[in-house]
Amino acid sequence: MGKPSDLVQGTLDLLILKTILLEPMHGWAIAKRIQQVSGEVLQVQQGSLYPALHRLEQQGWIKAKWAESETGRQAKFYALTAAGRKQLDAETANWNRLSAAINLIVAEA
Amino acid sequence: MRWIAKLRIQIEMLFKRGHAGTRLDEELQDHIARQIDENIATGMSAEEARLAALRTFGNPALLREQARATWSWNWLEVILRDIRYGVRTLNRSRGFSLIAIAVMALCIGAATSLFTVVRSVLLRPLPFRDPDHLTMVYEHFRNAESNKEQFNYNSVSPGDYYDWRTKTSGFEDMAAWAWWDFNLSSQSGELPEAVPAKAGTWNLFSLLGVQPVYGRSFTEAEDRPGARVAMLTWSLFEQRFGGDRSIVGNTIRLNGNPYMVIGVLPPSFTYPDASGQLWVPFASLYGAGSPLGPEWLHFHDRHYIHVVARMKPGVSLAQAISQVSAVQYQLHLQYPNAPVAEDVAPRDINEDLARDVKKPLLLLMCAVACMLLIGCLNVANLLVARSAARQKEVAIRGALGARRLTLIREQLTESLLICLAGGVVGVLLSLAATKWLSGAWKELPTAATVHVDATVLLFSCGLVFAAALLAGVLPAVSSTGKAVFAALQATSRTTGGSVSRTALRKTLLTVEIAVTVMLLIAAGLLLKSFMRLRTVNLGCATDNVLTLGYSLPGKKYDAPEKVNAFNEALLERVRALPGVLGAGLGGMVPGSGPGSDDIFHVVEHPPVRQGDVLPDAQVRRADPGYFTGLQIPLLNGRFFSGDDRGYAQNRAIINRTLAEKYFPGENPVGKHLNIPVYGASNFEIVGVVGDVLYKVNEPPFPTVYFPLLAGLGDSAQTLSVRTAYDPLAFSVPIQKQFAALDPELPVSDVSTMQQIIGESLGNQSLSASLVLAFAVLSLLLASVGLYGVLSYLATQRRTEIGIRIALGAKREQVLRLMLFDGLRPALLGLALGLAASVGAAQWIRSLLYGAPAVDVWVFASVSGTLLAVSALACLVPSWRASRLDPMQALRTE
Repeated sequence: MGKPSDLVQGTLDLLILKTILLEPMHGWAIAKRIQQVSGEVLQVQQGSLYPALHRLEQQGWIKAKWAESETGRQAKFYALTAAGRKQLDAETANWNRLSAAINLIVAEA
Repeated sequence: MRWIAKLRIQIEMLFKRGHAGTRLDEELQDHIARQIDENIATGMSAEEARLAALRTFGNPALLREQARATWSWNWLEVILRDIRYGVRTLNRSRGFSLIAIAVMALCIGAATSLFTVVRSVLLRPLPFRDPDHLTMVYEHFRNAESNKEQFNYNSVSPGDYYDWRTKTSGFEDMAAWAWWDFNLSSQSGELPEAVPAKAGTWNLFSLLGVQPVYGRSFTEAEDRPGARVAMLTWSLFEQRFGGDRSIVGNTIRLNGNPYMVIGVLPPSFTYPDASGQLWVPFASLYGAGSPLGPEWLHFHDRHYIHVVARMKPGVSLAQAISQVSAVQYQLHLQYPNAPVAEDVAPRDINEDLARDVKKPLLLLMCAVACMLLIGCLNVANLLVARSAARQKEVAIRGALGARRLTLIREQLTESLLICLAGGVVGVLLSLAATKWLSGAWKELPTAATVHVDATVLLFSCGLVFAAALLAGVLPAVSSTGKAVFAALQATSRTTGGSVSRTALRKTLLTVEIAVTVMLLIAAGLLLKSFMRLRTVNLGCATDNVLTLGYSLPGKKYDAPEKVNAFNEALLERVRALPGVLGAGLGGMVPGSGPGSDDIFHVVEHPPVRQGDVLPDAQVRRADPGYFTGLQIPLLNGRFFSGDDRGYAQNRAIINRTLAEKYFPGENPVGKHLNIPVYGASNFEIVGVVGDVLYKVNEPPFPTVYFPLLAGLGDSAQTLSVRTAYDPLAFSVPIQKQFAALDPELPVSDVSTMQQIIGESLGNQSLSASLVLAFAVLSLLLASVGLYGVLSYLATQRRTEIGIRIALGAKREQVLRLMLFDGLRPALLGLALGLAASVGAAQWIRSLLYGAPAVDVWVFASVSGTLLAVSALACLVPSWRASRLDPMQALRTE
């Protein structure tokens, strides 16, 4: 956990986990939801979304299921696993700690 | 339960990869479809929406690759893909691949075989308790003669051993053993057979930590003169007694005396070699019913036993040895004129077992390593040549974004595939080769335990990977660097070819040739030494001579008259056989080893000074017809006569070396020898005979012959028969004569004189021919390499040569140009190799017989051969280049 890219990557993981906390979603919906909720600030690149989803799946934090979507097409829905929930808690705590620390520095100036 | 989920997905990813791939495509397609839908919803036309969606989405192929990269087993996929590519490229150039695989198979097979032998002979721990704490202890003479040939380890006298054991405490314990022979017969009246045996002190087995499989080992009380107990080795137990356990507690007959079998040794126990068939207590060799009296146990100058000691925890070897040395020095002072050594020397027990084979083994191992190196260099060379042909392909792939590491990995996979295929074939080859080698090499101490096992296979695997790396790295790295892109810029008009690539190949070749020269020279020296040995004159008849060994059991032949009666009757019968030209009866045949030796003193000469050791002579026995039978010339005096019977007559014959060394300028006939071990009586010298070598590669040694008709029972005798034609045809008729005289007497070691000499020559010829085989193979590889490089160069310089010829260069000039270009690395390699050989030759000097290490003849002929072969290898491509049609060459551009 020492490389600068980890922050970005870890953040995307956190965002994905948080987004699918309530209900299973497919990739496109996850990207859309992150975009909407962040008030269009965060644009998820497809180039990093799918590798991230697949990595989280390989880690056992999310599980995927093919099901009929609202359009009537088959789509791959991602849902949080029990391990993923724990991971979400851990990453949230980590994020809070980190953003609080950054805030401290930024606010001081 | 995350790991279960992970495991599930890993298994899924391993076995349903194709399915997962399709699903990924569908997922990405779904994403794009949704984007298109959204775009249409914002009012774009269908075509516009599709293009915009694809734009935001990016390169789907790349995305798919990146998503796949996160899957588990991705590395496996990459390796499989590399292997698939590798197999495909190798398959495309089948000739190259087969040659490379064959080269690697030979090299790896030979290396595996030799490693198998080296491991079981030099590296495998002995099957004893704590073998690292065991050491052999030998007597060590300080005088220069003993140390000349690094002969620092002298067998121990029994008296010394008993003194060491009782008077020192530096070792936990010390035990001793000696060789012995018995005639074995069992109660049921089967045919007797002569079996090699060993006598060990009672504590030997507990010291080594060896437990009998059945029964028990010797007790201290049984280790005394006249004890009649024996232990069987596993091989004798299995072969002679059919593995029947009831033999333990039963009686067998050794030399006619009943011995009780008290134990059976485990199959792993083949110490000190596999030839020993049974063990008796050491002290039981002496006393009642034996030619050796109990006083032998206390002799300090009869060197024939081996002492093994176990180190005490906390006492260093040096401390323990210095204690024993102190005792030995006292003994030396006590017996000033006897050969009692001043010091003792420890010797590693493994090294002691390996004895004479260590150096030849290491030499062969080095030769194989050299050949393996040449093999790798050759494969590397071929790969460099091929990578030159694929330069553009590599450059294009690099330009398209293939990482350098990926390209290197792909090329390494290729060399790994070659080496793997070669390794598999090689190991199969070595299974057969190892069996042959351990059978053919007579001196190997643990031949029975030589076999390929897991460690050896592991070694071969390591070898395969090392070879792959060695052969693959250089070409791979050199062909994927930044300079590669130059290949794209190079137009078809560039005429120079890649200079650096050619330089690399020439360097590889130079190394190859240097190593080849070293191998050739080593082989040449060994062969020359072997040839010299073959032509050595043993000093007696060696053609058409049959020898048979026997030993008259002292129990039956308990008086000298009975022994003499048998021997004389036998000689008379054999000499009467048609086709027999002569027959002699002696203790040992010439060429069959040093036998025993004794110190002597010439009675007519002044007594030796205090502190000087008496001179030493080998002791032989001979019947009156022995010398004529074996055609050993009489130089002075007379042979033994039928009247020279028994020691009471006290007659002796000496050989030429003894006469010249100890009777310079005087006539030895009529003088007397005193031999301290035989007491006060003196032996009158009646004759001087020609020298006979006791071993083909050793100089003659002073020798004293005593009359065989002394009538000693229980001692080894050899009948030598000179025949008019094929001596083996006489084997059965002669054995019939034995049976006619004594049907219970076993005859052993029936062989011809040529076989006896051949046995000591066999090992020499084996290592010489093996090294030669490796050297010839290396030469072949090097010349193939030379040919390859020059052909490549010629192709590269086609245009240049075409222009030269078009401008008027003569064909001979072109030929010379190309020839010299090819010969330059050969000459450089030759010079380097010759220089290195001078050093290498010093190292193998102790293996050479009578040959100087720097043998001009060998060096010159090796240089000549190498030059001729490399000129031949260069000639074909050079010739082809000089025959080039300039128009054709320029037009093909």
